[in-house]
Amino acid sequence: MKKYNLDLITRNCGKIDPYSIDSYIEIGGYDTVRNIFAQDCENIINEIKKSELRGRGGAGFPTGNKIEYVYKANITPKFLVCNADEGEPGNFKDRFLLENDPHQLIEGMIIASHAAGINKGYIYIRGEYNKAIGILEIAIEQARRKGFLGKNICGSGFDFDIEIYSGAGAYVCGEEFALIESIEGKAGRPRNKPPYPVSAGIFNKPTLINNVETLSTIPYIIREGAEKYTSVGTASSKGTRLVSLSGNVNRRGVFEVPFGISVREIIFNLGKGIPHGRRIKMVQLGGASGPCIPPEMIDIRLDYEEFAKNGLSMGAGAVIVIDDRHDILDILRNILVFFKHESCGKCTPCREGNRHILNILDKFITRTATEKDLSTLESILNVMTDTSFCGLGQAAPTAILTALKYFRHQFLLGIYKEFEIRNAV
Amino acid sequence: MNMIEVTINNKKISVPEGITILDAAKSAGIEIPTLCYHTDQSVKANCRVCIVEVEGMKTLPSACSTAVRNGMAIHTNSAKVLEARRVIIEMILANHDADCLKCHRNLSCELQNIANQAGVRTNRFENVLEFKEIDDSSPSIVRNPNKCIKCGRCVEMCREVQGINIIEKIGRSSELEIIPAFGRYLSDVACVSCGQCSTVCPVAAIYEKEDIDKVWDAINDPGKHVIVQTAPAVRVSIGEEFGMEPGSIVTGKLVAALRRLGFDRVFDTNFTADLTIIEEGNELLHRLKTGGVLPMLTSCSPGWINFIEQYYPELLPHVSTCKSPQQMFGALAKSYYAEKTGIPVKDIFVVSIMPCTAKKYEAKRPEMRVDGIHPDVDVVLTTRELGRILKQAGIDFNILEEEKYDDPFGITTGAAVIFGASGGVMEAALRTVYEIVTGKTLDKLDFHNVRGMGGIKEAEVDLGGTKVKVAVAHSLLNARKILELIKSGKCEYTFIEVMCCPGGCIGGGGQPYHTTNELRRKRIEAIYEADRHIPIRKSHENPAVQALYDEYLEKPLGEKSHHLLHTYYTDKKKKDCS
Repeated sequence: MKKYNLDLITRNCGKIDPYSIDSYIEIGGYDTVRNIFAQDCENIINEIKKSELRGRGGAGFPTGNKIEYVYKANITPKFLVCNADEGEPGNFKDRFLLENDPHQLIEGMIIASHAAGINKGYIYIRGEYNKAIGILEIAIEQARRKGFLGKNICGSGFDFDIEIYSGAGAYVCGEEFALIESIEGKAGRPRNKPPYPVSAGIFNKPTLINNVETLSTIPYIIREGAEKYTSVGTASSKGTRLVSLSGNVNRRGVFEVPFGISVREIIFNLGKGIPHGRRIKMVQLGGASGPCIPPEMIDIRLDYEEFAKNGLSMGAGAVIVIDDRHDILDILRNILVFFKHESCGKCTPCREGNRHILNILDKFITRTATEKDLSTLESILNVMTDTSFCGLGQAAPTAILTALKYFRHQFLLGIYKEFEIRNAV
Repeated sequence: MNMIEVTINNKKISVPEGITILDAAKSAGIEIPTLCYHTDQSVKANCRVCIVEVEGMKTLPSACSTAVRNGMAIHTNSAKVLEARRVIIEMILANHDADCLKCHRNLSCELQNIANQAGVRTNRFENVLEFKEIDDSSPSIVRNPNKCIKCGRCVEMCREVQGINIIEKIGRSSELEIIPAFGRYLSDVACVSCGQCSTVCPVAAIYEKEDIDKVWDAINDPGKHVIVQTAPAVRVSIGEEFGMEPGSIVTGKLVAALRRLGFDRVFDTNFTADLTIIEEGNELLHRLKTGGVLPMLTSCSPGWINFIEQYYPELLPHVSTCKSPQQMFGALAKSYYAEKTGIPVKDIFVVSIMPCTAKKYEAKRPEMRVDGIHPDVDVVLTTRELGRILKQAGIDFNILEEEKYDDPFGITTGAAVIFGASGGVMEAALRTVYEIVTGKTLDKLDFHNVRGMGGIKEAEVDLGGTKVKVAVAHSLLNARKILELIKSGKCEYTFIEVMCCPGGCIGGGGQPYHTTNELRRKRIEAIYEADRHIPIRKSHENPAVQALYDEYLEKPLGEKSHHLLHTYYTDKKKKDCS
């Protein structure tokens, strides 16, 4: 039987007590830390590179290469940031890992820091994640007492400690430079790239930023080996990834799935289908900034290459199912209200664009739009995508742009007169 | 330098590695429109007006922030770029009070300029501007949030150059604003009125308080004897308002233009600059002799005085008690000149043409009233306002024939002219103090150490056996360094010149728009050029100043001087913001 739900990195979740380091150590936790210092940094980096692990925050950058950049940077101090600012609506898999297996993350952070020569790590965590913050505080303190954090870890001579940092709750702080600005004590707004964080991040020092899931995967790779990790997945996408399944499905939740699984399998096998036998109207992938696809496309497989071929990106792995009771324009409006609220206001397209999109969308919802509104809407969406300063503004229009592609008739219904005339002829 | 090849609009060019697309295009003869970009500031890339298309790139990068790479193929005017640029400008305009015809920046507005360049003829977007209160609480500058395009140039100027940091980006998304802390009025925060924000604002979101009509009213009032004084720095910058080369020295034309406007007398602030040197020089010598508070700090720059009163009041005893040349002039006009001409003080109206917005604040100080009632100076116009009033009057500055200042405040020296550049007051003072102390003639008049755009400059002079260290600072960030040095007790200087604005008055907050450091240098060159061509180059050799002492003031630091030419300072520290 095909296995849909794996447990490479979620194996401890629900099995151990997240408040107890001992229950983590009992099942072999921190073993890699004890052995890691005997290994060369290059070896560790090579193993991670061999695993073909890619950033699970959304951008999908090869993790091993990122670590290598920081390793090769000859400026000190260097910093590690675990991006736990999981603000993308529809995503809750990092929270799942933080609340259920905090030590696996800490272990991953120690390995990555040792590999890249970093002595100071931050966990930049979303302010709303109160429970996770409490768990992490305890976990870090326990790890210090056991000698896994602090000076001279396991007698290796290597120093590394972690500080938990929480911003003021802005979504944009998930963007790596806005996050760095926030850690530096400034308002969370993105910076010019290049230079990238790997060469000039926190206080202009080399900074390795990785998502919770990415860092939590590293202990598995080091413990079991890249070969075993890459035995799961497809030719272009190795291993597993966590999917946050939500919306109109019978079973919502976080699932660890192998790459190559189709969205249909996620919805129907893991999510047990749509309640009351309703039909899918659309599925949004990745989160609020992700594409909306029609039910005809849900056979698409979770695979970087396959997604790219279809002009889609899987973001942080959310799958949001919307059934046929819902109006697509309403859903899109909701998404836009979110982006209008969360834009940092730095660049013109994002600061000004969201409210115009919202204004125009309202015309479609009240069926008072014109053909010109449709072309204006498409203009702003494209300009925002092409010219916004950071990923927030570039991705904010994705949902509407894809909806315009796959659900265009919904917009045409909102056009006053023209549509009626067309129907009458 | 490593050269690389790029293609811009299908033309292959060779450019140095590492430069931006913006600069590369410039070298190929293509001016990519920009809005938030400013040559002297950090690259912000937030307006997104300068976006270009690069083959192989998914998004349209901003030319100001993207470095060229070998083989890059760039298109600055592709259909995608033209459309995106227009959409961006239209979005800015949809949130901008575009009452261009009535705007201060009409025809000098960078937004107007690029909108015109992009061929924006209509706006597809609904106007979303929510009108907010215009803050005209300050006597020097007005903040109009309805015009702000959120580029952040003013913020950077206030923070990085002046170190004042009173305006900041607050809020986010469409609610982002650039405002003083807690949304207060400018008069309620520790603003120094320097107006540097207004020189970098691309639109009319922050500008000098315009007093042109007050001047027209006075000129057209037959009962008023209206006299005007011109600051040293104006003669090397006003030409820019009429399309002349930066650094053109137009003293004679300036005088002629002011006469055509209808002023009864045209005088030179340089006269009282010379007087300042005599008074301040003697004050310094007095302090040296009597063990007074040292180092002594100059007092000509009103933005600087606002700064020390609000941020370092404990150091006020270091500041020379001399009024600034502008105020000395006004006080003399309404005393010496009034007596000499028999015109009642109430009928004399003094206008100053200044490179400065803080001068407007200074003229309104209650302590700056010649007889306790009449202000020394009635109205201050900045260089920019002068340009505007001359245009209102239809005066063709370029073809005016040169004229001379009126007596008795028309004879000036080279020492007074250099007041306009950072280091000038120091140099002028050294020329005079040296000769007073040593009784010898100075052979080398030029003190090159204190000239130029260096942040803090220093020199050592031998005053008849005693070596004296002096320093010159300009821009308030450097002023702060000097004051911290004094506070630390490690300051070895005896006399320090401080100017509020970068480069000194030639870089003042009231100077023509598009001021850059390069332009400042040109104006500075012009100032020293003017100095070289004036026959008298030392303040104490100004015959008119000598006559003033003989006829009226009697002696430096005398009773009349004390009353007319000196002032006092007060602790203006704002408890919760400075």
